[in-house]
Amino acid sequence: MQDKGASMRKITPDTAIYISGLSVNFSGFAAITNLSMEFHYGEIRAIIGPNGAGKTTLMDVITGKTKPTSGEVFLNKTTDLSLLDETAIARLGIGRKFQKPSVFEALLVRENLELAIRNGRGYGDMMRSRMSNQQHLRIDEVLETIGLENEGRRVAGTLSHGQKQWLEIGMLLVGDPHLILLDEPVAGMTDHETARTSELIAGLRSPERAIVVIEHDMDFVGEIADLVSVLHEGQLLGEGSMDKVRNDPRVIQVYLGR
Amino acid sequence: MFATKWMTKTVEIGIVPILVLVALYLPFAYFVIPDANVLHLSLFGINLIGQIMCFALLALALDLVWGYAGILSLGHGIFFGIGGYLMGMHLLHAAYADTHVLPDFMQYMGASTFPAIWEVFARLDVTVLVTIGFAALVAGVFGFVTFRSRINGVYLSIITQALTYALMLLLFINDIGLGGNNGMTGFTRIVGFPLADVSTQIGLAVCSCLLLVLAYVGVRFLARSGFGRALIAVRDDEARMRFLGYRTHMLKMFAWCLSAALAALAGMLYVPQVGIVNPTIVSPQLSVEIAVWVAIGGRGTLIGAIVGAILINGLKFWLSSQLPSVWPFILAGVTVAITVYFGNGLWGTLKAAGHAGQGGVDA
Repeated sequence: MQDKGASMRKITPDTAIYISGLSVNFSGFAAITNLSMEFHYGEIRAIIGPNGAGKTTLMDVITGKTKPTSGEVFLNKTTDLSLLDETAIARLGIGRKFQKPSVFEALLVRENLELAIRNGRGYGDMMRSRMSNQQHLRIDEVLETIGLENEGRRVAGTLSHGQKQWLEIGMLLVGDPHLILLDEPVAGMTDHETARTSELIAGLRSPERAIVVIEHDMDFVGEIADLVSVLHEGQLLGEGSMDKVRNDPRVIQVYLGR
Repeated sequence: MFATKWMTKTVEIGIVPILVLVALYLPFAYFVIPDANVLHLSLFGINLIGQIMCFALLALALDLVWGYAGILSLGHGIFFGIGGYLMGMHLLHAAYADTHVLPDFMQYMGASTFPAIWEVFARLDVTVLVTIGFAALVAGVFGFVTFRSRINGVYLSIITQALTYALMLLLFINDIGLGGNNGMTGFTRIVGFPLADVSTQIGLAVCSCLLLVLAYVGVRFLARSGFGRALIAVRDDEARMRFLGYRTHMLKMFAWCLSAALAALAGMLYVPQVGIVNPTIVSPQLSVEIAVWVAIGGRGTLIGAIVGAILINGLKFWLSSQLPSVWPFILAGVTVAITVYFGNGLWGTLKAAGHAGQGGVDA
C-alpha cells in the first residue's frame, strides 16, 4: 500500500487547485459546464481556447470574483475557495495578473510593489510608511528579476506597455504566491518583449508554486508550458503536451484549424 | 518647470506658517492697528475670515475622501450640520444657565425644562467628543452599508445628496425638537466668554485658523504615507486592490469617518461665529458647493481644496454684497471656465506643470 502511494505521488505531483464538476451560469448563459481539472505545484500550465471558451471566467472563479453555480474549487484539496472573497483568497497566496495591464499609474514603480508586499495588512505600518528590512530587500530583488531595477523611482504610468506587464508580474511575485494566474501576459508585446517575458515566467517555476497561463500566442505557449488544457464552450476539450494538443483533431477543428 | 515644482512644494509647506501668521495677525489687526490703516480689520472682516476657515476645513475633509479615496460625497453638509446642530444644543444649554429662559421653540412645544438628552451637552469638551463620535458613527454606518455593498461612483454621490435633502426635511419638522425651520439661535456665551464680545469672536476666528492648520498637517501626513498611497490605489482601481489582499471597504471607511469628523469640527466652529444654526446648513446646495470649491482648487492636492474654498467664499462674500443678483452667474461661469481650461483645478494644473519635466520623456 505504502509503496503504491509513494509511486502515485511521483506520477501526480501535489495538487494546488482541484476543480470538480464546476459550472458557472450568467443568467442562463453557461460560461462553464461541468468542468473538472487540477493544477499541480511545480508545473506551468497553459489554458487555451477560442474567445468565450470560459478561460477568464475560470480565473474569476479561482480568485473569488465570480461564485460557481455548482461544483467544487479547492486549494490544496483543503480550502474551499467558493466560500471566500477576493481579499481572503489573495491572502492565501493566489496572485492574478489581468488581461490589460493594471498597475497603479499614479504611483511610483516602487510604491506599486510596496502596496503588493503589504498584502493589505498592518494599517499602523501603512500610516507610518514603515516596512521591514526584509521587505525592502525583497522589493530590490524583484525589481531586478523583472528588469526594472533602474526604474524604481519612475511613475508607473510612464512605463512602456511591456514594462507595465512586468511590473504587474513583479507585484504578484513580491508576495511569494503559491499560485500565479496570468491572463494573456504577452498580448500586445513586441517579439523581444515576449522573449523576455517567457524567460521571466520560466524563472518563476518552483516546486512550491503552480503557474497557470491563459494565452493565444501558440509559440509562446509551446515554449513555456508543461501541460496544455484546451477549453471550448465552457468544457475541457483536451489536455496534454503542446504537440499532443496540436495534433488532436477535435482541437484542430474548434481552434487551431481556423 | 523646475521653478514651478519648487514653488508648488514651497507653498504646500509654506501654507502652514502663513495660516499661523494670519491667526496671530487677527487680534493685532483689530486691537493694535488703528482704524484708518489699510491693515486694520473690522469685526465683520475677522468674523468672515473665521467662517471662511471653517469652509476651508470642510473642503479639506472632502478632498481627503474625494481626491484620495475617490468617493465623491455630495453630502458633507450632513456632517457639517451634525457639528453645527450639536454645538447649537450646547450653546442653548449654556444660554439657559445664563438667562433661565427656555428657547422659544421649546416653550411652544409646552416643555418646562430641557429634555434629558440635552444634559449630555452641558459641557463643551464632552460636546466635542460626542460630536466627533456621533459624526464618525453616522459615517461608519453609512460607509459600512454602501462600501461593503460596493456602491461606487455616481450612485454613491446621488445617495449622499438624497440623504442630505432628507436630513434637511427632517430638521424642518418642529416636533423633533431642534427648532424647526427657525433653527436654534439666541446663544449667549461659550465656555464662559460672552459671544457678543469682540475678543470672543476674534478668539473663535483664531481657533478656526489653527484648527485648519492642524487638520492640514495631519491629513497631509496621512495622504503622503503608505496609507494615502493605498487610498490612491483604491481610487484608481479598487478591484485590483482586492486581488492584492486589501479590504478596500475598510480603507475607505477609515478615510470616510475621519473626513466626517473633520467636517463636524468645522461645523462646530462655524455655528458660534454666525450665531445661528438652521436646516439650510444641510441644504443640498451647500453640499454641492463644497465639491465645487474642491474641484476649482484641484482635487487630490489638499492645498487646492483650501485655496478653492478661500477663493470662492471670498469672492462670494465680496460680490454678493456688491452685486447680489450676479453672483450665481459668476460662480457658474468660474466653475465652467475652470473645468474646461484647467481640468485638474487651479492647484492641480500648477502641480502638473511642475511634474511635466520629470516624467514622460521616455514613454
